[in-house]
Amino acid sequence: MALTFTDVTCGYAAGTVMAVRALDSVSLSVEPGELVLVLGPTGSGKTTLLRAAAGLLAPSAGTVEADGVAVAGAGTVRGTVGMLFQRPESQFFALTVEDDCAFGPRNLGRSVDEARSDVRDALAQVGLDADVFGPREPWTLSGGEARRAALAGTLAMRPRYLLLDEPTAGLDAAGRDAVRSVIESVRARAGVVVVTHDPDILLQRADHVLVLQEGCAAFYGGVAELMASLRGLIARGAAEPPEVARTLLLAQARAGREGSAPSLDVGAAASAIAGLYAESRGPR
Amino acid sequence: MLSFIDVSFAYAPGAALALDEVSLTLEPGQVLVVVGANGSGKSTLARLCDGLLTPSSGGVLVDGLDTSAESSVWDVRVKVGMVFQDPDDQIVGTTVDEDCAFGPENLGLPSPEIVARVAAALGTAGLTGLERREPHLLSEGQKQRLAIAGALAMEPWYLVFDEPTAMLDPAGRRSAMSVIARLAHERGHGVLLVSHDAADVAAADRALALSAGRIVFDGRPQDLLSDAELLATCGLDTGSMGELGDALRALGLPVPVTALEAESVVDSLWR
Repeated sequence: MALTFTDVTCGYAAGTVMAVRALDSVSLSVEPGELVLVLGPTGSGKTTLLRAAAGLLAPSAGTVEADGVAVAGAGTVRGTVGMLFQRPESQFFALTVEDDCAFGPRNLGRSVDEARSDVRDALAQVGLDADVFGPREPWTLSGGEARRAALAGTLAMRPRYLLLDEPTAGLDAAGRDAVRSVIESVRARAGVVVVTHDPDILLQRADHVLVLQEGCAAFYGGVAELMASLRGLIARGAAEPPEVARTLLLAQARAGREGSAPSLDVGAAASAIAGLYAESRGPR
Repeated sequence: MLSFIDVSFAYAPGAALALDEVSLTLEPGQVLVVVGANGSGKSTLARLCDGLLTPSSGGVLVDGLDTSAESSVWDVRVKVGMVFQDPDDQIVGTTVDEDCAFGPENLGLPSPEIVARVAAALGTAGLTGLERREPHLLSEGQKQRLAIAGALAMEPWYLVFDEPTAMLDPAGRRSAMSVIARLAHERGHGVLLVSHDAADVAAADRALALSAGRIVFDGRPQDLLSDAELLATCGLDTGSMGELGDALRALGLPVPVTALEAESVVDSLWR
């Protein structure tokens, strides 16, 4: 069982002068229980990748399959693959949180009772008490609560694969922490693909990382491999390294030393920078 | 000067106050960052700046013009440019250049002036070459820069940004922030920047923190960033760069608390 991309190419406005190829021959696989991070500059094709994974966009070449079934245009995968768009709280439309969350499962043909129990489970998963938050109007929620309620709406469909587009953007520190811990717990039962510019915490927990550059896979592999190839990726303008790693690389460049590959460990980075600093000041 | 004088605001009569007795001044040439947890009143404060909302009590003055007075609304909106969180909320044109021209066209400016302003604004926002692109084909980051260009083309005195970098990648954020700083420091605009990002605080001239609609801090960014309790109240997290700075200071390196980006850390060590 896996959500797989095989040499997927996607574009917009095909056949017009404005045609753009947003994704070019990208392959990827995520199994239930895995966390895959998708990194890359704005405009590199990250959102396009999620749209293709959710079956919202048909590839012009290659295949996207969920558990062996092609996703493009197939109503059958809608319950299998759940997607949370950027700024999902702008999509609330029902009068209460529980009705809003029930919309997905009801549309999959589940009974009112079954949907209600799905919604309770989903709200519990995101850390919102169904008795307190279920009856609330979605517009009265704080930013972090609203993001979690929107996430619950997707989880209520019990997707085997969960696609999250910038799930922490625009949230305060408490909201970001809450979303991160939800991702950690959801991962026990679903394959999770997260598009983010905020890799700081999730990166240490990812199974695979895909780095996109102008629609192409500039890197696809494990976290240790990513850190080892970081310098090359930065030189090609592909990577957005975690800021701590970027600081060490910049310090190495400033001190004129190549040094070891950066790790995600803050303490190790600090010692390495202190070493470079001491060396460049020299014995006085 | 843009000033708030004892401003309180409630979204409905009798509802809880979203802003409670807030006074502040925004001076030309200054970046004032406004921080606070989700729901603390930041966006409400931003919307009061150009009369999108008007105070329930107290007053907002833009170069002496009262935003509550019907007769000054037009002049206030020309003086104060707004860029919102979600660029899709403010893009109206069918192409990038037409969208950017929407504001100046509505000012009734002559065509050559509009063309010149659009070219300059798109250049400042880094969108030169994309003039004929349809906005829906832009990336989120490009859309946000288009929204900034649209506000710039109005040539306002004051610019209010409501979390303009929340959806941008780190490179996009740095480039947008350098545009924003240049607008204040080189061109003399007064900039009010609502943000959740500690690095934005570090880059500002002055910081103002809100909690439950009240001002709980108004002062230098470094003083806010050194106060862990206040940072937590404001929902700010200096993240792994804050930890790196702490670790470097513990090792005796002269890294200031405002160094929250790779460049500023390295610049403080290798001058």
